[in-house]
Amino acid sequence: MCLGVPGRIVAISDRENALGVVEIAGVRREVNLICVIGDGRSADDCIGEWVLVHVGFAMSRLDEAEAAATLRLLAELGEIETGSTEAGSAPPSAAGAAGSGP
Amino acid sequence: MNVAARVPEAGPPEAGRPEAGRPARRRARVNVPTVTLAHGGGGKAMRDLIDDVFLGAFDEHGLAPLEDQARLSLEGGLAPGERLALTTDSYVVDPLFFPGGDIGRLAVYGTVNDLAVGGATPLYLTCSAIIEEGLAVDTLRRVARSMAEAATLCGVRIVTGDTKVVPRGACDKLYLNTAGVGVLRTGISLGVDAARPGDRVLVNGVLGDHGAAILNARGDMALSSPIESDCAPLHGLIAGLLAAVPTVRFMRDLTRGGLATVLNEAAEASAVGIEIDEAATPIREEVNGFCDILGFDPLYLANEGRIACVVPEEDAEVALAALRAHEHGAGAAIIGRITERPAGRVVMRTRFGGRRIVDMLVGDQLPRIC
Amino acid sequence: MKYVDEFRDPDKARALLREIEKSVARIDTCRHRPLALMEVCGGHTHTIFKFGIETMLPDAIELVHGPGCPVCVLPIGRVDDCVALAETPGVILATFGDAMRVPGSKKSLMQARADGADVRMVYSPLDALRLARDNPDREVVFFGLGFETTMPSTALTVLQAEREGIGNFSLYCNHITIIPTIKAILDSPDVELDGFIGPGHVSMVIGARPYRFIAERYRRPLVIAGFEPLDVLQSVWMVLKQIEQGRCEIENQYGRIVPDDGNRAALEAVERVFELREQFEWRGLGSIDRSGVRVRSAYARYDAERRFAVPSLRIADPEACQCGEVLRGAIKPRHCKVFGTACTPETPLGALMVSSEGACAAYYRYGDLDRIPAEGAPA
Repeated sequence: MCLGVPGRIVAISDRENALGVVEIAGVRREVNLICVIGDGRSADDCIGEWVLVHVGFAMSRLDEAEAAATLRLLAELGEIETGSTEAGSAPPSAAGAAGSGP
Repeated sequence: MNVAARVPEAGPPEAGRPEAGRPARRRARVNVPTVTLAHGGGGKAMRDLIDDVFLGAFDEHGLAPLEDQARLSLEGGLAPGERLALTTDSYVVDPLFFPGGDIGRLAVYGTVNDLAVGGATPLYLTCSAIIEEGLAVDTLRRVARSMAEAATLCGVRIVTGDTKVVPRGACDKLYLNTAGVGVLRTGISLGVDAARPGDRVLVNGVLGDHGAAILNARGDMALSSPIESDCAPLHGLIAGLLAAVPTVRFMRDLTRGGLATVLNEAAEASAVGIEIDEAATPIREEVNGFCDILGFDPLYLANEGRIACVVPEEDAEVALAALRAHEHGAGAAIIGRITERPAGRVVMRTRFGGRRIVDMLVGDQLPRIC
Repeated sequence: MKYVDEFRDPDKARALLREIEKSVARIDTCRHRPLALMEVCGGHTHTIFKFGIETMLPDAIELVHGPGCPVCVLPIGRVDDCVALAETPGVILATFGDAMRVPGSKKSLMQARADGADVRMVYSPLDALRLARDNPDREVVFFGLGFETTMPSTALTVLQAEREGIGNFSLYCNHITIIPTIKAILDSPDVELDGFIGPGHVSMVIGARPYRFIAERYRRPLVIAGFEPLDVLQSVWMVLKQIEQGRCEIENQYGRIVPDDGNRAALEAVERVFELREQFEWRGLGSIDRSGVRVRSAYARYDAERRFAVPSLRIADPEACQCGEVLRGAIKPRHCKVFGTACTPETPLGALMVSSEGACAAYYRYGDLDRIPAEGAPA
């Protein structure tokens, strides 16, 4: 369910209706930006931002720091593996996880 | 109505070689902007359309008298063991002109490639057109010129043809059919059932460009991308490959259904498994992006200038070099190998490290949201 | 592709797999039976098959492919209604490609099109609205389906139609909600699940909070997961860690896309346009309370169910079908009586064979590689 692809907003095509152009691996498509503009911002503020696109709508802003943190965690996992004999049983506190316990 | 131009320099003397100095027949022109049902009526309007559009492009010197059939001869005849190869294909594409090609080029290259992948040297083509009334005559002229250029590039001649005009809505703008004749030299034996365990699988370049370019050009999904069709004639590339590696087992152009479909056919016919390596399979980033957006798998996208071939393991590197030596093979790669099991199935080793089955599709790929 | 390729890195996958192996070795349950983890969302099922993830995981982990394919769970009666709408004179029916092949009791939309109905495939509900704008003398009905991920896009499209005063656009609403469905699965007696891989894109809309009851009341861990293969592996590992440490929490692996609170603009649009139905019928699972939405009466003129007379018949699933059991994870697709015989992708009988994301179609297409011995060394 719910095919979504990350793309970068490269232009605003219709300010009134909050439409912009997103580029995904060199392919462009006009998408609706209403869900990612956010409070106190204008459509133009979105240019350059990465978003998740689903059925022609930008549905979420991609948090680049979170993405980097997740990848860093996974990279460290590889280094721990190759660098020491025992990784230890405590998991690195899941970076990229919001840690929202019950 | 069927009209054939005799082929003077190829025909035997009794087939009506034009007398030296005979003046070229004057060509009629169509003076209306669009094709109407009158152009299919068998009368003068039709004759004018054929004269203007098709003969104007395929027989520019106007030397050939018109007959109901093309009369062909083969220079030197067929040597013992040589055979004729005959193929036919219909071309239906929307839009008629797309980035990287058009229906005319497709109709020539496609049929030339169908002959070439069997190891045949293409010689003659036919051209049959079904035209929807209302099509611009200029569009038809462009298509015919494009076919003529493509034929010249392939060293083949378009020697007979037919036109029909159908009422608006009975077809979509223009359908073409081309049949092709070629000569199959001795010593080449290619077959879909000839793959053997250990053999290697090669392709001549990035996959899926044509399918993505067409979908994109159609505009239904409102996407725009720089992807162009890979539409190209492959007779030269294939001749080079067969000269370097006469042991090629099997070759097929990767048109409708793409790589996945052709490999499944080979696996089934040869009762072998085929394992391809995702990391070695060349696909353009834009095509991957396009597929990710619509939920497609590029392995099933159509190509019009790509082949897959199966060669014995020891000849794989030579085959790769032979493909890469040609302009349409610069992106060639060894993408997999033939295995004993699972017989009749194609398995992909994913770049990520897993394995999955690459099956035949039931129908077309449809864009999906989930 | 940025933010895609990095999450398909095989080296990181190997490191994760080693962690997963270690975790499995420390979990007692794994000595007696495999751990059953359900990925709720069909998108995850797709990732799992496309990248061959099942072939990489240890045998002690069994992935159960859940009900999160909105096309698969669409009941036959709703498909029939949609076909009836498509065959109404003057109507253009716009749909996502997914729904084209779903069989109704008599035909699919694909067959309806072949019989002369004007059915158009679109990528976005906005493209359906454009069809309405471009064809003012026709009625354009959009076949709205999907979970909370897709709901805001159709809601926003209805609001856009209202703003533009487009009168010939309406929505045949089949949107469904994931939470009651997970609850229904947890309540069924034949289900033994040890944890959940949570739906990442639903969560970017609804946030992480609505899942709390799963941890608190049902004592099962859930990790909201992204859709790249590393996301799935990392989420499996995070669930295992919880099991290993005796925790039951809602964790979020997909923090780059999923904010804890979801998306306010999206939820507001959904709230304005839709309201919960008392119950909604699911193919394979039966009727589930408050699991679907309909268009609010304030937007009745955009509601195809009010504007057109649709048959609205309830039609039972084929008897031989065991989709419900597969959906709940009670049996594997290959254990279904009709799998691969009466029910194939060419002639799908049950919901799960219909869409490429249905568990059965995925098994059929991508195969049960576990049962095919690997041969030789890597190429």
